[in-house]
Amino acid sequence: MYSNKFSRLMLGLCCRKSSAVCGVVRSGFSWTTVCQQRTLWLQRNDFLEMEKHTVLRQTGARSVSQTTVDPSELRRFQSLASKWWDEQGEFAALHAMNDLRVPFIRDNLLNVHRARHPGKPLAGLRILDVGCGGGLLTEPLGRLGATVLGIDPVENSIGTAQLHSSYDPDLRDQVSYQACTLEELSAEEEGGEQEQGAAQFDAVVASEVVEHLADLETFAFCCSNVLKPGGSLFITTINKTNLSYALGIIVAEQILRIVPNGTHDWEKFISPEELERLLESNGFSVQSVQGMLYNPLSGAWSWTNSTAINYALHAVRLKDAAEDSSPHPEDHAAAAHS
Amino acid sequence: MHKLTKAPLALNGLGRCFNTEKHWSAVKIIRRGLVCAQHEGDSGKNEVYDVIISGGGMVGSAMACSLGMDPNLTGKKILLLEAGKKKVMDKVPDAYSTRVSSISPGSATLLSGTVWDACSDALITFDKENLQDEMAYIVENDIIVAAITKQLEGLSDNVQVKYRSKVVKYTWPMPHQAADSIPWVQVTLANGETLQTKLLIGADGPNSMVRQELGIPTVKWNYDQSAVVAVLHLSEPTENNVAWQRFLPTGPIAMLPLSDTESSLVWSTSHQIAEGLLELDEESFVDAINSAFWSNENQSELIETAGSLFRGALSAIMPSAGSPRQLPPSVAGIGPKTRVMFPLGMGHASEYIRHRVALIGDAAHRVHPLAGQGANLGFGDVACLTQLLSQAAFNGKDLGAIQHLLEYETERQRHNLPMMAAIDLMKRLYSTNAAPVVLLRTFGLQATNMLPALKEQIMAFASK
Repeated sequence: MYSNKFSRLMLGLCCRKSSAVCGVVRSGFSWTTVCQQRTLWLQRNDFLEMEKHTVLRQTGARSVSQTTVDPSELRRFQSLASKWWDEQGEFAALHAMNDLRVPFIRDNLLNVHRARHPGKPLAGLRILDVGCGGGLLTEPLGRLGATVLGIDPVENSIGTAQLHSSYDPDLRDQVSYQACTLEELSAEEEGGEQEQGAAQFDAVVASEVVEHLADLETFAFCCSNVLKPGGSLFITTINKTNLSYALGIIVAEQILRIVPNGTHDWEKFISPEELERLLESNGFSVQSVQGMLYNPLSGAWSWTNSTAINYALHAVRLKDAAEDSSPHPEDHAAAAHS
Repeated sequence: MHKLTKAPLALNGLGRCFNTEKHWSAVKIIRRGLVCAQHEGDSGKNEVYDVIISGGGMVGSAMACSLGMDPNLTGKKILLLEAGKKKVMDKVPDAYSTRVSSISPGSATLLSGTVWDACSDALITFDKENLQDEMAYIVENDIIVAAITKQLEGLSDNVQVKYRSKVVKYTWPMPHQAADSIPWVQVTLANGETLQTKLLIGADGPNSMVRQELGIPTVKWNYDQSAVVAVLHLSEPTENNVAWQRFLPTGPIAMLPLSDTESSLVWSTSHQIAEGLLELDEESFVDAINSAFWSNENQSELIETAGSLFRGALSAIMPSAGSPRQLPPSVAGIGPKTRVMFPLGMGHASEYIRHRVALIGDAAHRVHPLAGQGANLGFGDVACLTQLLSQAAFNGKDLGAIQHLLEYETERQRHNLPMMAAIDLMKRLYSTNAAPVVLLRTFGLQATNMLPALKEQIMAFASK
């Protein structure tokens, strides 16, 4: 494991200028979530059929409902699909991040829902893992007893995830996967229910997702839609600071090649304050924000006081009264509430 | 279980490291239904266990017990495979058996030990004053295993035990998932059954099949010594709470207390002497033991003078140090049919773990019994691995994942290697008659006796 990291460091230092494309694949922070950009462009009712095979343009960051994914990036993610489960491979950093995010999710949920079964602390809870990729986070949550649905627009990743979990009899009843986007799922549920929309999840997890999204308003809205009142939203993402540019983009992408060049767009990073503001205007109440730090030498993550680079956030969907008094009317939201 | 060539015995030092020993209670076994894993084309009824422990000796059963009692591992499927029969003990038998271990539980009562150099009068006493807790218990292995077995019966919800199950083959998984291969460890039994598990724990003794099948390089050597063990009847009842060990030039002889009238003998010596001892009639054997403890014929004048001079000097510097000297009890007879011998060696596996496999106990490390630490180390492994697996389960991890197995290996190697080196060094130090070495160890022993801080460190390390 160490030699892998060391060689990566050396490779990174030696090949500063070489192009990032051509198969120099390194661990990615939620690759597949780049594809999530599509969710925000797709008008729910009109584009459901067009799925992943449509070629779409990529426009600037944070434009409402217009960004899509680059087909070459989509291809790259699909080629990475088989690499998800190599713990020392490209996704090593994501595997290591489980040491932080699983306890974060577990403990915050246990604060609300008392553990009924020893050995399965999350038994009885339904969790949605948005941008699940190969199921790296979905499986541990399933092992803790929760019923987890993992969604991701990249079909190959879903295929990998399904295959990996099929070997383990304990997981078969706990985790399931669907190749779709959050918007599609949210629409699907709304379509099926007569009343306020199917609020069926106790928790939504969006780990390393929001830094790839163009339209966070829609994202927050959909999360709110699928969550039960009082349900939890867990987000891990990257802050928008000079330090995150220096370390998260320059060092991680160009020097150490922990993340391939071009994965992240600094413009799309969001500070915890801004994210908090956004969520609170969508009917959430932010409970905690905690900084995370990655040590490339040891390959381990740790909690830290500073949220300057990576951070984790826990928010709770407020009960129904908050939805009616949302101060930001959204176009597509209006269309959705038919 | 240990498969020793001359006798089915193991005499080890034994450590505490799990809380279960206090709670022996008898309950019935309930077989737990197991889930079948369906694979393309494979035989339908393949069950995937979370943990399979191969080897139901003291350390293996303790591991099973420890995992079964952990709250975070509730609901996990644990299987213990033992090639021998189930050890049932309805009541404690009257006669002591020869298999004993010295247990050093953290919370148990004190056992003083005295190490006594045969070539001089140097002495170390580990005393009540030095430690709050007792150093060790001497308990027969049979009782330990039977008690653990009873405890396992109470854990039948998640721990299953298969007796008379000999493993004939292990199939190792590929490190990361190849498309059509089964990612679990497969264990094939003699009866043709194939079991699958996410984590295999090898507790199958110094000639571990798990270790050999994995091809883990092992550093090992034979000590050219065998240990003779027996149950001794003492000449007179005494407050028998002291374990005695005397380092003869041919090897250490030790007497471990079992009751007020009986003690257990461990005499490590050369193969020829050991065989000779076995062949002696009872009376001559008893004489040999007594003279080994009492005779002074090996003491050279030079060493004796040097030793007493040194002692005088030390007591001038530290008059109050050192404690009053006790004497070992004398032996009158031996328990019938309790005399056996087994060869001694040292072994250390260079890796304790592989993908989805961990070695514990003698499978990972084997030591000379002179310090009573062998099973102690094994129990340390049990405690460490249980704690790491418990934490991993609480984090939703796959129990066979390499990350926490690496932590286990690092932590235990850091603890075990110094201990093993120290035991080996002690053994070599005391295996010679050369005057400089004898002087060195005489002075060393006397100085150590006088330094309470050093003795405390030794006892604390040994009690872990």
